[in-house]
Amino acid sequence: MLTILFDGVAYGMLLFVLAVGLAVTLGLMNFVNLAHGAFAMAGGYVTVVLMNRYGVPFLACLPLAFLASAAIGAILERTLYRRLYDRPHLDHVLFSIGLVFMAVAAVDYAMGSQQQVVRLPAWLTGRFDLAGIGIGKYRTFLIVICGLLALILQLTLSFTRFGIRLRAAVDDRRVARGLGIPVNAIFAATFAVGSGLAGLGGALGAEILGLDPTFPLKFMIYFLIVVVVGGSASIIGPFVAALVLGIADVAGKYYVPALGTFVIYTLMIAILIVRPQGLFARPR
Amino acid sequence: MSDARISGTTAEVAAALAAAPRWRAAEIAFWVLTVAALFALPRHQLIGNEIAILALFALSLDLILGYAGVVSLGHAAFFGLGAYVAGLLAKAGYGDPLFGLVVAALAATSVGFATSFLVLRGADLTRLMVTLGVALLLGEIANRAAWLTGGADGLQGIAMKPIFGIFDFDMRGHTAFSYSLAVLFLLFVVARRLVHSPFGWSLRAIRDNPLRAAAIGVPVGPRLRAVYTLSAAYAGVAGALLAQTTQFVSLDVFAFDRSADVLLVLVIGGAGYLYGGLIGALLFKLAQDVLSGLTPQYWHFWVGLLLVVLVLVGRERIARGAKSVLKGLTRRSRGPAVAPKSEGA
Repeated sequence: MLTILFDGVAYGMLLFVLAVGLAVTLGLMNFVNLAHGAFAMAGGYVTVVLMNRYGVPFLACLPLAFLASAAIGAILERTLYRRLYDRPHLDHVLFSIGLVFMAVAAVDYAMGSQQQVVRLPAWLTGRFDLAGIGIGKYRTFLIVICGLLALILQLTLSFTRFGIRLRAAVDDRRVARGLGIPVNAIFAATFAVGSGLAGLGGALGAEILGLDPTFPLKFMIYFLIVVVVGGSASIIGPFVAALVLGIADVAGKYYVPALGTFVIYTLMIAILIVRPQGLFARPR
Repeated sequence: MSDARISGTTAEVAAALAAAPRWRAAEIAFWVLTVAALFALPRHQLIGNEIAILALFALSLDLILGYAGVVSLGHAAFFGLGAYVAGLLAKAGYGDPLFGLVVAALAATSVGFATSFLVLRGADLTRLMVTLGVALLLGEIANRAAWLTGGADGLQGIAMKPIFGIFDFDMRGHTAFSYSLAVLFLLFVVARRLVHSPFGWSLRAIRDNPLRAAAIGVPVGPRLRAVYTLSAAYAGVAGALLAQTTQFVSLDVFAFDRSADVLLVLVIGGAGYLYGGLIGALLFKLAQDVLSGLTPQYWHFWVGLLLVVLVLVGRERIARGAKSVLKGLTRRSRGPAVAPKSEGA
């Protein structure tokens, strides 16, 4: 029971790191980026290639995965995404689906369609007992890392100048611009960081979520659920949504495996019916 | 109403409204060519059948996207539903194709009506999520209910009876193509009539500005629900056609790829004038045939590239370019039809 809760929390934390960048894209620029999972996949594959071909240790791969995805994100944002901000949502959807299809096929071509394995270092595998509950070491590691990241993000948003400007821009882009806040530059930076976090999440999650070329399609719905249900007004919203989703998914799969992912989709639709703006969004 | 009471603008609008539903020469030519393909290309009947089904599916999406402005990421929900209903009926021994079509349409209609209440709440993003969620949900049901649907192995053992008890489905696909084409044409005529009716014009008003449409007395919610339900029925029929003509249904009828592909088809052809889906389906399937011949596994790469380029170049710009070319082509044929009108006015 508690083990499931623990696994659920770890899974939820991971989802949060994966999806938080999307919350910013949606909240700040109102851009429906279905290709967010592709950045996560990029991070995962960077890790796999570095570890298996060049023998880079796992911990050193994590920042590299972050940097690689952030770089890809920044380049794409500057060259492609920024042209489309003012277009209707349909264009966003088409464009990002196109990117996903290309990413899936390209990775399939370059790496093959099989599941990739990340070999964790020995000190991260196995379980230890705490008061009679079996706890996975890697799950603990995930919770610590992702919890720290969430804390850092929250502090950055609340107390730094960058965070304050970012929040102002989310609240009202036009007024923020009028006050001299460089909204576009802030957005570019945030987009890169969000993509980087997705890449980091992909690297961390390769072990738990599995990593193959269809990754962006398989988990697209999860990221979207986190953001849409959590709302994009704060970090807390997606964080809570990710935790709930993670626990519900793990528990659902454990207790009622016959229903599969049924539980989650039903839950999402139900929440969106009651609160179309998301659970934590302020009414506009 | 006498002519004297109608001001100049009203008369022009009335004339335009009256002229819009008239069949143009290019349209007639389009359908004549389609029927010609039925007889002139005996070796391409199977792909013809696929094109006709995809065209019907895209047509159903055009009704909500092109005319009512509702973006759906899960239109495959109804396609898949229709396919499974028709397949299961035939497997249970009710193999009459037309009966299967009607039941599939009814099933898709009822689910479409039920989900229309969910979908039409909230803005674009919520709609995207809910349509996507509905499709995933149905796909998951089909996956889990393996005792009924065959799960991941697909629904096998569908045996169709001859259409009207006369035309049996053959290996070459001639009957299948004729059948799908006939259904496509009938439903196209219905849709064409519909979008030129006051109902259709009110949909366009809603698409362009829901607030204003409501202000002039258009019941926005009921109209959107009605067209969403109708679109679901069309998609259901398309799915049923696929199940009946290929005599196989697999889980990928619900796949996200299918919803995304049909969006692309409609975007290639252009949304909002009914022929977009048909032309798009033709181009899409031909491109798929060529490209997947080159790189069978990575064909979606080119789909993706096409989507990205389409969006970056701008859908409107492409549509405008195509329209001006078409206008140049059809000007001569349309000229005489308009001329007597201007004399009368």
